[in-house]
Amino acid sequence: MHLDQNGFDAKYWRSGAELGWTTLLISEEDGGGSISGNGIADLMIVAEEMGRLVSPGPVIPVNIVAATVSRSGSAEQRASLIPGLLDGSSIATWAHNEKGMRWDTSRMKTTAKADGDSFVINGEKTDVEAGSQAQTLLVSALVDGEPAQFIVPADAVGVSIEQVDAIDMVKRFASVKLANVKVHASARVGAATAADDIEMQLLTATVLQCAEMCGAMERAFEFTIEYLGDRYLFGRSLASYQALKHRAADWKMHLEASMAITTAAGNALGSGDHEGAELAHSAKSYVGHWATEMLQDCVQMNGGIGVTWEHDIHLYLRRATLNRSVYGSVADHREKLAKILDRVEVG
Amino acid sequence: MSDVMEPVEVFRARAKAWLKDNMPLAKDAPPRRMDEPAGPHFQRCRELQGMLWKGGFAGICWPKEYGGLGLSMDHLRAFNEEAAEYELPLSLNVPTFGILGATIVEHGSHEQKQKYIPQILNGDHQWVQFLSEPSGGSDLAGVLTRADRDGDTFVINGSKIWSSFAEISDYCMVLARTNWDVPKHRGLTMFIVKIHQPGIQIEPIRMTYGSAEFCQEFFTDVVVSIEDVVGNVDEGWAVASSLLLQERISLGGASKYTVGSGINREAAGTDYSLLKLARQLGQDDDPITRQAIADYHATAHAHHIMSDRVTRGMAKGAMPPSAGSLLKLAHAITVERHSQLAVEIGGSAIAVGGDNRNDARDMGNRTLTRQGIALGGGSNEIQRNIISERVLGMPREWAGDADIPYRDVRRSGGGPTAPKQ
Repeated sequence: MHLDQNGFDAKYWRSGAELGWTTLLISEEDGGGSISGNGIADLMIVAEEMGRLVSPGPVIPVNIVAATVSRSGSAEQRASLIPGLLDGSSIATWAHNEKGMRWDTSRMKTTAKADGDSFVINGEKTDVEAGSQAQTLLVSALVDGEPAQFIVPADAVGVSIEQVDAIDMVKRFASVKLANVKVHASARVGAATAADDIEMQLLTATVLQCAEMCGAMERAFEFTIEYLGDRYLFGRSLASYQALKHRAADWKMHLEASMAITTAAGNALGSGDHEGAELAHSAKSYVGHWATEMLQDCVQMNGGIGVTWEHDIHLYLRRATLNRSVYGSVADHREKLAKILDRVEVG
Repeated sequence: MSDVMEPVEVFRARAKAWLKDNMPLAKDAPPRRMDEPAGPHFQRCRELQGMLWKGGFAGICWPKEYGGLGLSMDHLRAFNEEAAEYELPLSLNVPTFGILGATIVEHGSHEQKQKYIPQILNGDHQWVQFLSEPSGGSDLAGVLTRADRDGDTFVINGSKIWSSFAEISDYCMVLARTNWDVPKHRGLTMFIVKIHQPGIQIEPIRMTYGSAEFCQEFFTDVVVSIEDVVGNVDEGWAVASSLLLQERISLGGASKYTVGSGINREAAGTDYSLLKLARQLGQDDDPITRQAIADYHATAHAHHIMSDRVTRGMAKGAMPPSAGSLLKLAHAITVERHSQLAVEIGGSAIAVGGDNRNDARDMGNRTLTRQGIALGGGSNEIQRNIISERVLGMPREWAGDADIPYRDVRRSGGGPTAPKQ
């Protein structure tokens, strides 16, 4: 699958959409809906399972665009975009980050200038997941210094999309250049500032990627423990060595804590709890750090084969390393958490 | 109300109104210093517990027939949420409520429960466990304190150590060896003993920080009745294991026998003390300090929130009871991280100057007993053994004392401790 230019098969994505991978953050009015009433919590179950299987597919960006359009889009935008996302026949992605921006909207440089009944967008976007596979881009840009978002067809004049190599074997990323891209004013999502939408997009991406990391950690830990039990050296199983047992115990603790903070963050975010942001940044800070540390140590415990293509563990390490790094690094999220703590009054 | 349980939200509203009218706010409570005598602090806790008892809010999940309210964990959570801003007798949670009270509820006879539980719940009595001995705490079943049977009584001789606040406590549970001719786990019995009586001598142990929390006790011909045996004679290890489990659960902040969220805010790691330190030192805008504080808060939050996940997992049977060790280990690691970062952020202010009472120096002094939490209640190493063996199913460590009479087991320093045949 990693040799496939697209990273995933269109048929695979459509059957995933039939299973409901893209419905959960879309309102019932628009044809979506969740099982529990908390769409983010439900989608995190999917994301965790995708982490366990290191699955391909643009679950994060498609759902982010779907949620935003369903929440803030015009009737026309919802009618034209959502049905294709629901049945998996079209892919939309989120063109937000830029070189040096570090997922912080205040550092964004892309602009959209009003020109009659249109906007003209100029800028360069990076880390656009499934950018080469998407028909539609949700582009963040500044309108008079205020963040705004626009629905831009991938084939619009002035849009050039270049797929870039990424550390994950099956997730595809692209850079997107926007040179005098002219869109009608009706392509703007929501009339006022997009700051709240963007915040929600970042937090949603954060909890989904943490859920994926949890799934990857859990699966890699399972097969590593199994291996320690099966592998005999000096006449005894590796699992009988206390040095390894104690590390395994620590990893079990970090795994359970990762699961706990991620679930709490998703539940809070999906139910509109005011602690959602604090928990999501805490989750990325904790899980982003420990997922990669744990997977590296799982490589260590699997021995030399862990650093070869003969063993699947590198797929898990790749996914965790990717997720740790995109949608804000661990350090970026810690700074965001610190900003929340700045508002705390201490005695 | 008869046998129908009061709906959680009705209970919550009632608790909220009562708390507002009766309990003092936590922010008005005098700060407790570890290097001061603990007596007045515990006296205050007993009074607070007495207030809860009189108000009808003591022992929310404890059995009704012995003075508790017989309500669910959801009721307790609701109460704790409403009580978050109030001063609560948190220091009685461990060990009195969460460890000893829990063990009486789970293993005590009907008569023991009738006799002891009401005075625990009304704040009259403080309890402590006498388990560890100078010969070694991690190998807990290797106790050398002996209880020799004499008709319907037992005579206890030996020494116990690391018991918290024994001097100001009223009752204890003592694990003693009653049979030397069977392997170590099979010859132990748990007793309830009144602490202040002739034959029990208590010596406080001075900690590096200056506190005198821990004590060593010496038993000389202390006579106890067979009615004071918890569970059955020679089956004390089952009681001790259950007690240790309650200890891990309550130290991890997930006990149904305690009151308030976790042990206290500081233990849960959400007390903002590092943030306060950084602001006092004027470095809350320093990027490295900000990263450290955020890292700590995320860690404390994740470790604290895990207790809910693990408790539910244990209740559903998805996790074994020994998963409580995950909480204990996580807590110790949180405290370690807090201490590391306090040193990092505080710079020279944690070590030089001040009068031991300014916050920076106080934090510096606390780092001297940082490892206490990683040692007490089963060391991190023991917790890691338990997690790897009983949660992950990895092979058990080799033991030199399995399946042989305890009198034949090799011990540090040797010396005959078994009674003569």
